[in-house]
Amino acid sequence: MNDDSAERAVPRDTVQYVTVLIDNQVFGLPIARVHDVFVPEHMTRVPLAAREVAGVLNLRGRIVTAIDMRERLHLAPRDDAAVPMAVGIERKGESYGLIIDSVGEVLDLPRAEAEPNPTNLDRRWAEIAAGIHRLDGRLMIILDVDHVLGRALEAAAA
Amino acid sequence: MDDLLLEFLTETNESLDVVDVELVKFEQEPNNAQILDNVFRLVHTIKGTCGFLGLSRLEALAHAAETLMGRFRDGEPVTPDAVTLILASIDRIKGLLAELEATGAEPAGEDRDLICDLERMAGFGGEADAGGSAEEEGVTSGDLVYQVLERELRPGEVSLDDLERAFRETEGPADFEMPAAVAAAAVQPEPDAANDVKADEAAAPGAETGETSASVSNQSIRVNLETLEHLMTMVSELVLTRNQLLDIARRQEDSEFKMPLQRLSNVTAELQDGVMKTRMQPIGNAWQKLPRIVRDLAREVDKQIELEMHGAETELDRQVLELIKDPLTHMVRNSADHGLETANERIAAGKPAKGVIRLSAYHQGGYIIIEIADDGRGLDTEKLKAKALERGTIGAAEIDKLSEAQIHKFIFHAGFSTAAKVTNVSGRGVGLDVVRNNIELIGGTVDLKSAAGKGTTFTIKIPLTLAIVSALIVEVAGDRFAIPQMSVVELVRAQPNSEHRIERIKDTPVLRLRNKLLPLVHMGSLLGIGAAERDEADPDSGFIVVMLVGAQTFGIIVDSVFHTEEIVVKPMSSMLRDIPMFSGNTILGDGSVIMIIDPNGVAQALGSAAAEDIGYADRDEDPPGADEQETMSLLIFHAGSNEPKAVPLSLVTRLEEFETDRIEQANGRDLVQYRGRLMPLICIDENIKRRTEGLQPMLVFCDSGHSMALVVDDIVDIVDDRLNIEVKSEIDGILGSAVVNGRATDIIDVGHYMPLAFDDWLMRKDMQTEALTRPLLFVDDSAFFRNMLTPVLTAAGYAVTVCDDAEAALAQLRGGGRFDIIVSDIEMPGMNGFDFVEAVKAQPKWQSTPVIALSALATPAAIERGRQAGFDDFVAKFDRPGLIAAIKAFTVELGEAA
Repeated sequence: MNDDSAERAVPRDTVQYVTVLIDNQVFGLPIARVHDVFVPEHMTRVPLAAREVAGVLNLRGRIVTAIDMRERLHLAPRDDAAVPMAVGIERKGESYGLIIDSVGEVLDLPRAEAEPNPTNLDRRWAEIAAGIHRLDGRLMIILDVDHVLGRALEAAAA
Repeated sequence: MDDLLLEFLTETNESLDVVDVELVKFEQEPNNAQILDNVFRLVHTIKGTCGFLGLSRLEALAHAAETLMGRFRDGEPVTPDAVTLILASIDRIKGLLAELEATGAEPAGEDRDLICDLERMAGFGGEADAGGSAEEEGVTSGDLVYQVLERELRPGEVSLDDLERAFRETEGPADFEMPAAVAAAAVQPEPDAANDVKADEAAAPGAETGETSASVSNQSIRVNLETLEHLMTMVSELVLTRNQLLDIARRQEDSEFKMPLQRLSNVTAELQDGVMKTRMQPIGNAWQKLPRIVRDLAREVDKQIELEMHGAETELDRQVLELIKDPLTHMVRNSADHGLETANERIAAGKPAKGVIRLSAYHQGGYIIIEIADDGRGLDTEKLKAKALERGTIGAAEIDKLSEAQIHKFIFHAGFSTAAKVTNVSGRGVGLDVVRNNIELIGGTVDLKSAAGKGTTFTIKIPLTLAIVSALIVEVAGDRFAIPQMSVVELVRAQPNSEHRIERIKDTPVLRLRNKLLPLVHMGSLLGIGAAERDEADPDSGFIVVMLVGAQTFGIIVDSVFHTEEIVVKPMSSMLRDIPMFSGNTILGDGSVIMIIDPNGVAQALGSAAAEDIGYADRDEDPPGADEQETMSLLIFHAGSNEPKAVPLSLVTRLEEFETDRIEQANGRDLVQYRGRLMPLICIDENIKRRTEGLQPMLVFCDSGHSMALVVDDIVDIVDDRLNIEVKSEIDGILGSAVVNGRATDIIDVGHYMPLAFDDWLMRKDMQTEALTRPLLFVDDSAFFRNMLTPVLTAAGYAVTVCDDAEAALAQLRGGGRFDIIVSDIEMPGMNGFDFVEAVKAQPKWQSTPVIALSALATPAAIERGRQAGFDDFVAKFDRPGLIAAIKAFTVELGEAA
């Protein structure tokens, strides 16, 4: 998992995660990677782009490429009435927004409690999951941000 | 790396570029003390700094070069050889510096070879060292000056005095004795080296330069590029925000924001200008290396060339400057190598022996214009025409309609070189087509004017900056897009029943615009959006944005057109960068993000001219022989029905248009007078009515002195494609159908129509040879060629046996078939033509049978290979007269021998 930066930011044996909800599944993003959380508005679609690219939008003067996480995870499209949220992340100087259903609380989780992906996890999920945390009655999938964009990049190039 | 070393590298590289330029100038004006002084000081500085930094190898080399230059200062005559040697030393120094930069350490080894040469030239022989040089300095300088005076007194009396005085006034020969002391001193003036030169040129002689340059350098500071780029980005943001505010203010009448907003707007504009200026650099920076290149080139090709540079101070954006450096260099090289004649040729033409290449730059509107002019021989229009025809770039009929200027533009196509021979100077794999592409990539254009015997002028027009472009905002399927204004020629409103209406050739929309057929494409279908809306909406109305990309003109159909806006181009994220249709994105005044259409991408998607160019380039790279993708030029036309028809272009002699009133009737058939003879007109079938008024287009075919014209409705295009007849036709006159340019197309059998025009066409053929038909074996895997050539061969008096592969042909021979001559294709699946001919020639009884190779590729290499394999002759596939002549030659020979 590529959360070295998170490690440095929190000098403890725990990692802070921003939890998000995608189709009722809890995902966690290392807080150090999360730039901001916003409501994606006035999105411009990009013809010919990869399927998961929801479009581009203007976030305070920066052009952000929005990725629909439901598409990325091969889930059913969101209910039209639902207001989506987006988590802003940076990668190599470029801004991306991961569109999710909603944002939850920030959790401080002990590093040691992270478990590896179950071997039978859907391959398409496994490639962007960096492990699992057992929460109170729920499971949180650690989202590997670089892989979310990285694989998508490869897919776009293919 | 050490900061000091880094600084040294930056400075020295700049100094060396200056030395290059100065030395070439010096060679031309050996008496100019100022130039010599500059060069000397620069090399001296390099030497000193190297000593200071402990770079012994560089120091030794610079020292040797300096010593030789010292001799020039002492008045020794300057020879081109000496300058070449010094230039070679400077190249070596550059090489060492590059390695130093890469590894951080001076590379091992030494430069005895160059140093020896330098010392020999300086007249020292073996005993040369720092001390020795200093000694010589004092003793011999008087004599040397005297020698020069004897030779050069008359032409340059005054200059020589200047030279003397300059030497006395500037640093003395004492420098040679104390390199260490100099080194310390030299570090100080060094950063000003580049400025020095410019300052010098203005006025300051000799000793004063030091002070002048100091004051110049105090007025400028070095700023990190990143800082500037960041500043630029921030200003772009400011511009966008300002635009947004203006947009809001526009919607609110009488807002109290109006006044301050106006002020903000003005300040922003000025700020933008100011920041843009920091990115500006004089174009002279891109020219620095040219004098050296031209000088070396002139020596190499043995021409006398003078390079004039005007407007070197004209400024343009750094980024643009970087991008045009190479194209410019290439074009100057081109002018020197191809444009200018040798001294003898020039004198014979009544021109001065020395050719001139003039580079000039100036601003015009938001563009910078760069001209590269030579006073050489001009372009050879006839040669270009021949080449265009040979390459199939254009048909014979069309080429006659082109103006000279249009023909000249062919040199921007791939594969056109006006040089009869490729020298090692040009023809290095980059043609003017690459230059054109590079310039177009940055939104520029290149044009040329040429007059035979007077010279050629290339004009490059490029935008001053790439960061902000003017764009046309259009809407397609509810989304807005920006199209760079640079590529937009005009806007046309298309409506049914109006002058401009969208017409269709099968399903391809076209627009008739001023008698030209313009290919159209729906932006929506290019982008794969709005298919539903397109079906609903009236398909024949909309706005057409006519675009010119390179030589390609086409129209993009959009739903609506808004306005033109200055946009700040922002790069797309790497996730979107592979989409060729977009070159970037931007934020509009209202805050929304829109995609910027890349005209080059669209042109490529349209695939015609641009793709053709690429095709040529590929073919140039591929060695002949490996041509499974063998293509041929096909002329696409309409006749009778909407389905396109095609005929190999090489069969068509000319494309003509005749006024309908010139068509006469005789003996129940249509005729026109053509080149002093009557030419019959033939229709493809009875359904075709020739026009009753206006111009009637037709294809003219000539064979054995006869001409016939095939009446067509219109000529659509000429395309290069593989001809693969997939469906054979039962209809006379049509060989079958093939997919051409992605569409099912009928291939016309010209052989069918020729006898229709002249009943005796077949009979007339070669009646002089005996009526006796001779057996001929014809092997070709392509149904098209079998169909096309069999009638021709039959008509020429042969009994043709056709085989579709080499094995079948061998079987025919083994089966006892007797043939007077064999005609074989080369590229065939299974056994190819070379193997086939070897098999034939290996049999004693067939050994004497002539075998003629038929190939699309009649390259010298292929011909040679064919000869070695045993072919008696080699004929290009479409050269029917050549084929008949070759067969005739062999059969007559045979007849006589028998």
